[in-house]
Amino acid sequence: MSPAAASPRRFESGDRVTVAYTHPPGHRRIPYYIRGKSGLVERYCGAFPNPEELAYGFDGLPARHLYRVRFQQIDIWPVYDGKAHNTLDLEVYEHRLSPAKEDAS
Amino acid sequence: MNDKAAHQHAESHTHALLRWSDDSAHDIDETARYPLMTEAIRQILVEKGIISAEAVRRLLEQMDARSDVTGGTIVARAWVDPAFKERLLANAKEAIAELGIPEVDATQVIVVENTETVHNVVVCTLCSCYPRMVLGMPPEWYKSKAYRSRVVRAPRAVLKEFGTELADTVTVRVHDSNADMRYLVLPMRPPGTEGWSEDALAHLVTRDCMVGVTVPRVPAQAPAVE
Repeated sequence: MSPAAASPRRFESGDRVTVAYTHPPGHRRIPYYIRGKSGLVERYCGAFPNPEELAYGFDGLPARHLYRVRFQQIDIWPVYDGKAHNTLDLEVYEHRLSPAKEDAS
Repeated sequence: MNDKAAHQHAESHTHALLRWSDDSAHDIDETARYPLMTEAIRQILVEKGIISAEAVRRLLEQMDARSDVTGGTIVARAWVDPAFKERLLANAKEAIAELGIPEVDATQVIVVENTETVHNVVVCTLCSCYPRMVLGMPPEWYKSKAYRSRVVRAPRAVLKEFGTELADTVTVRVHDSNADMRYLVLPMRPPGTEGWSEDALAHLVTRDCMVGVTVPRVPAQAPAVE
C-alpha cells in the first residue's frame, strides 16, 4: 500500500508538463536526456517514498506523487530522424515537474 | 552433487547476491569495494546468528527460480480471456494476484499492450530495473550500457538487431522503467495458434517478447493442437 503523501497531487492525466532542467548532485531519478523536456501526463502512478532520499538511508517521507509522462521522441533528441508518432514514456516525481509553458516546445 | 559441484553451486549463489546488492551490476568486479563490503556484511550477519546461511541460500534459490514462464502464463490467460486482459491492463497487480501468482515484492506492475499500430519496448536507462517477479533475472544485454543508451533514442535500429522489423506506420513506444513501476509487454497473439491450449500459448511467449525486443512466433514445426 502506498504511504500517504503530504499534499494533494497537482497534475491529472492529459496535463502538459515540463521536467525541471536542473543538475542537482547525488542520486537522482531523472535521466539527463529528459531534463527540460515537455510531455503529457499519461497516468498517475500513486505516491511512493522519495527514492532520491531512500538512496541515502532516509525514510523518503512524506511520499511523493509519481506520474508517467509520455514524450514525443521528436521533442527529446536534438537530432532525430524517426517518425513523429514514436514516443518515450517514463516516470517523473512531482517535485521535478511544472505545468508546461505554452511556448516551451 | 559431489563436494566440488556443491562448492561451485554455493559460489554461484554468492555471486548472484553480490550482483544485486551492488549498483555497478552492469560492470561486475567481485573484488570491488561494494561487493567485498556486501560479502563481509553477509558473513558477519551469519556469524552473529542474525541471519542463517540457509536463509540466504533459500532466498537466492527462490529468486533464481522465478522465470519467464510466469510472464508467459499471464500473457496466455490474457489471450484467451478478454475480460482478464481488460483487468490486466487496468490494474496488473490485482489481475496477476487473481492467478495465484505470489507477490514477491511490493513493486507495481504496468502491462502495456502491443497492437497492429503500437509496439512497446522496455528499458531502464538509470540502472537495470526489470520485472523480476514475472520474468526472472534479466539477461546481460538488458543491463548493458549499449542497450540502455541506444534503445531510448534509436529503438527501431536496436529492434532490427534483434531481428524485429516494424513497419514505419507502427508507433514505437519506449518505456524507461526509471522509478517505481515495472513493465511487462503484452504481445499480440500470433496467427496460427487458434485452438492452442493455454499452456502451449504460455510457452510461446518468451522473455524477449515480454521485454518487447521481439514478438512471439509459431515455430516452423508447430506443435500439434492439444
